[in-house]
Amino acid sequence: MTAVLDAPAEVGAIPSFTVTLRVMRYLPGDDGLTPVAHWDEFQVLCHGTDRVLDALHKVKWEQDGSLTFRRSCAHGVCGSDAMRINGRNRLACKTLLKDLDPSKPITVEPIKGLPVIKDLVVDMEPFFASYREIMPFLITTGNEPTKERLQSAEQRERFDDTTKCILCAACTSSCPVFWTDGQYFGPAAIVNAHRFIFDSRDEGGAQRLEILNDKEGVWRCRTTFNCTEACPRGIEVTKAIQEVKRAMITRAF
Amino acid sequence: MTAIADPKAPRPPRARPSRLTTRGNTELYGWVFMRASGVVLLVLIFGHLFVNLWAGDGVKAIDFGFVAGKWADPIWQVWDLLMLWLAMIHGTNGVRTIINDYAERDGTRLVLKSLLYLAFLVTVVLGTLVIFTFNPCPDAAPDLLPSFCTAR
Repeated sequence: MTAVLDAPAEVGAIPSFTVTLRVMRYLPGDDGLTPVAHWDEFQVLCHGTDRVLDALHKVKWEQDGSLTFRRSCAHGVCGSDAMRINGRNRLACKTLLKDLDPSKPITVEPIKGLPVIKDLVVDMEPFFASYREIMPFLITTGNEPTKERLQSAEQRERFDDTTKCILCAACTSSCPVFWTDGQYFGPAAIVNAHRFIFDSRDEGGAQRLEILNDKEGVWRCRTTFNCTEACPRGIEVTKAIQEVKRAMITRAF
Repeated sequence: MTAIADPKAPRPPRARPSRLTTRGNTELYGWVFMRASGVVLLVLIFGHLFVNLWAGDGVKAIDFGFVAGKWADPIWQVWDLLMLWLAMIHGTNGVRTIINDYAERDGTRLVLKSLLYLAFLVTVVLGTLVIFTFNPCPDAAPDLLPSFCTAR
């Protein structure tokens, strides 16, 4: 735990303000009855340097300890705290409150399209099932080389964008095709397939293209660009999906 | 505390990979067809509009005789047939995609798609039949026939 809580607040020049958080709460019942989700409002005193995650921490530590959300690194690398903030998928740890118009209530919901377990925590299993299916590991044939597998800077550049994925599910859970019908592989799985399909060292490209040529694969993409907009890492997700489509078409004809 | 609807959870994903694999080039060909037929349809439809509404006397020339004259020409028969088939397959595939995207229950899917394919079949069969068997001067009472028929 960091020392922030106990340290005397010497914020001085940093402006502080009160924000209202509207958080969607969902508590599963033990009685088997369908629990009802509802909105809870919290008033939090925040500083100009605070992120949504800091505000959520303040609520959990000072007001309502039952508020449940995932977070690990809190610095935009682990991908645990993707949530729907003011109607857009973002990482709570990368979203500054001052950028969100703090004069209005800030809505925080769980990401859509995945079953909610409690409050802001969703079941990520359908998401990771798709991820596992595209075989996100190096596939090679023949004898293992005695030294590292060399690659030119240009060859590395080819798939550089898709190596940035942190599997936060912001893209997949922003996709309208995934919302209505959880069968679609989703942008994240395709991005991670792209990372290997266009890797010059990998030899499993054909297998991965075959997997994504599924009825629920890349062809369900409607290029709405929600995923590209949602990606906290700035990956050009829709472009990656289109490149996989192109690879399939050149392979088929 | 305002009660709202249950947080949205989609249908549980089908266990994949299963023996009932849905892999294959069907969706790929569908995707390519949509693009290719779209380009061809642009030419066909605007050609159709130009000839019917602009060329010659323009829209005032359209009557029963004009259509009958067009369908006496094999080029226009092929043109219209191509337009009918491409537009119907293109449109049906588009609506099929929309049903796949928006229908949440399997039952809804089945009903909507059945209606769609039925409508497709009726339109295509009827349209094809009309294009090839169209006869402007059938055996009928002369006063029912258009003015250019010899029987009149």
